[in-house]
Amino acid sequence: MKSVQFRDGKAVHVVKRFSCDEWVELVTAYLESDLDEPTRCLFEEHLAGCEHCGHYLHQFRVTVTALGTLRPESLPGDMRDRLLSAFRDRRASRVEERRSS
Amino acid sequence: MSWMSRMPDREEAIVESFTGSRLPPDDVVVAALRAGDETMFAALLDTWSRGMLWLARSHVSTNDSAEEVVQDTWLAVIRGIDGFEGRSSVKTWVYRILVNTARKRGVRENRTVPWSSAFEQREEPAVDRSCFQSVNDPFPGHWKNVPAAWSTPEGEVLAAEVRDLIAEALAELPPRQRAVITLRDVEGCSSEEVCEILEISAANQRVLLHRARVAVRGRLEDYFETARRSA
Repeated sequence: MKSVQFRDGKAVHVVKRFSCDEWVELVTAYLESDLDEPTRCLFEEHLAGCEHCGHYLHQFRVTVTALGTLRPESLPGDMRDRLLSAFRDRRASRVEERRSS
Repeated sequence: MSWMSRMPDREEAIVESFTGSRLPPDDVVVAALRAGDETMFAALLDTWSRGMLWLARSHVSTNDSAEEVVQDTWLAVIRGIDGFEGRSSVKTWVYRILVNTARKRGVRENRTVPWSSAFEQREEPAVDRSCFQSVNDPFPGHWKNVPAAWSTPEGEVLAAEVRDLIAEALAELPPRQRAVITLRDVEGCSSEEVCEILEISAANQRVLLHRARVAVRGRLEDYFETARRSA
């Protein structure tokens, strides 16, 4: 499918094999490097000609990065204490076993 | 404790130097756990427990059950660390124990989630069709409301407000999507690790991840749109 896009104020012809609604479904596969070569080329061609999808990709990347900034949520305090003391007891007895053998 | 004071300086330095999710390499972690390094054990607890709780929650019926699953998992880790053979990463090993513990418990609670079969049939698109022009519009398949440029650079540290919003969005996801996106994007597991932990195919992993990311992006879009209009 050929369509006309406006870039830098000029109308340019681009081959757009994907429509935007098809393109968005491939974003994760693209970011995972899971697209085969011809599909990746078509994906990037669409991207080069479509500012809106460019924004979408940026938004997607911002989202993924933001997810990585969430702070760890720890266990309820008493459980954390119980587990630490279980670890301490177990390891101390193992070290004791090794020392006496 | 005398055995702790004999720990080599190198390991102490490594334990002090990591923060948040930046754990040292597996061989260092395993050696430290076997030597009884409580700081290292605490670091694992604090780094992985959130992902573990969320993952457990997708197999059992209550938050209390999920917490017990996580506790039982850590107790199994304490018992099993001497026998750990390194056939997978430590993280995958711990999460596999969690999934098995959670499944057993889910069976007891009569709450079996048919993970693999539930993955297969989702063929419909992840992004809402109403975002795009329909066949009766001038440009079918093109954006109806075009995505705006977000001013936020990818690497920028986000406001606490945004983090709260993301946490809310995650909490609203279907359990399987939440499990995958939490492991991948929040906990930083590789796709191979997630497939191994959840015993799902690479294609299923990708579909669930895509759906979950689309949903979270949608929540952030509302936030950035409001911020943009009021700027």
